Amino acid sequence: MVAVRLIPCLDVRDGRVVKGVRFRDHREMGDIVELAQSYRDQGADELVFYDITASPQRRSVDVAWVERVAETIDIPFCVAGGIRDVATARTVLHAGADKISVNSPALERPALIAELADAFGSQCVVAGIDSIREKSGFRVRQYTGDPDNMVDPRRDTLSWVEEVQRLGAGEIVLNCMDSDGVREGYDIDQLATMRKHCRVPLIASGGAGTPEHFLKVFEQADVDGALAATVFHSGQIRIPDLKTWLARHHIIVRS
Amino acid sequence: MTVAVINSGGANLGSVVHALRRSGVEATLTADAGVIRSADRVILPGVGSAGAAMRALDQAGLVEVITRLEQPVLGICLGLQLLFEHSAEGDVACLGILPGAVERLAVPPELRLPHMGWNQLDWTDPDDPLSSGMDGSEWFYFVHSFAAPVDQAVAVSDHGQGFAAIVRRRNFAACQFHPEKSGSAGARLLANFLES
Repeated sequence: MVAVRLIPCLDVRDGRVVKGVRFRDHREMGDIVELAQSYRDQGADELVFYDITASPQRRSVDVAWVERVAETIDIPFCVAGGIRDVATARTVLHAGADKISVNSPALERPALIAELADAFGSQCVVAGIDSIREKSGFRVRQYTGDPDNMVDPRRDTLSWVEEVQRLGAGEIVLNCMDSDGVREGYDIDQLATMRKHCRVPLIASGGAGTPEHFLKVFEQADVDGALAATVFHSGQIRIPDLKTWLARHHIIVRS
Repeated sequence: MTVAVINSGGANLGSVVHALRRSGVEATLTADAGVIRSADRVILPGVGSAGAAMRALDQAGLVEVITRLEQPVLGICLGLQLLFEHSAEGDVACLGILPGAVERLAVPPELRLPHMGWNQLDWTDPDDPLSSGMDGSEWFYFVHSFAAPVDQAVAVSDHGQGFAAIVRRRNFAACQFHPEKSGSAGARLLANFLES
């Protein structure tokens, strides 16, 4: 049986790892390679690097740090931010990333997902989706890395989840913006709803605060992995302890 | 020791070279027949589709070169699938070193495709040299939608159905998972290959 994945998310700005609350007020957390190695040693199952400045500023990922990470760590990692064409994706994958995640550029031009899947296979292509709760239901947001430039692309999250799979995305990371950074738990209701429409792996993002939050999202939303930043970066939850605790509650983890 | 990593044109071939470097071995990423033939160990990696990879090997004139290799060869991921006679991914003839065909994983609706994540092995041949120091408790990183039949497997894994996780025939071995991305367990497997 495949194990659930615990995935520290490292938001990158100008080559350093940062973390904000509700996508604002970014604080510096440390050097990328040092943090990546430390998470690998703790037993993280995968890492995600989001270059949060890339998309709003219309520049793509600086691959020098991707290469440094690839040389150092021996677990899979995904790079997101500013990948808007096949050529850029190729540069990032050749630098050593296992997967690339596209978010805002795919909303601008959905065919990007199909082009990436054709060029590299679906297993390399992750659709990152930032979703917010509105009266009318769950809605997608664009350019969330820069609150001043955030856009409402007028799409509901469910239809976008279905469309990215049709286009060839091999995994979906659903970031529930209302929960992000506030450590009050994953948005179980939203994730469970999307799960029903998701044949590819679904990764929960936004809201982890306690071990119970992880248990609940695996048990109740049946997600394949859980992404978290603040609780891991702060040392509030240590991955080995979390895995031991989850295993005691009958969740299959990699030991 | 010289190690040649065959450049089949896929993305992320550098990861295998990095992993070998962490083990203290400098490998050469190459499509040169001479370099491949003369290497002590050969690795056939691959990310992408079977059709594209076979076309790339064919254009580089490497199909016969690979099938005639006599030193230890390790296929990784798509590199395992290419060792079989045929792949349903692109309906393409492959290298034919192992009998059988690669098919899409038949998973029940509650399981995900691709099979992406960490899974364990069940060694059907616990004496295979690649298994040295392992007891089945180790976890390896998989990411694939197609898989090879269990007939030729020395280790199997399960995702809705059993499939070949490691195969062997003569000097050719291959793993469906990515040892270069499988932490310490993967490093151990690569070391076992280099020592075999």
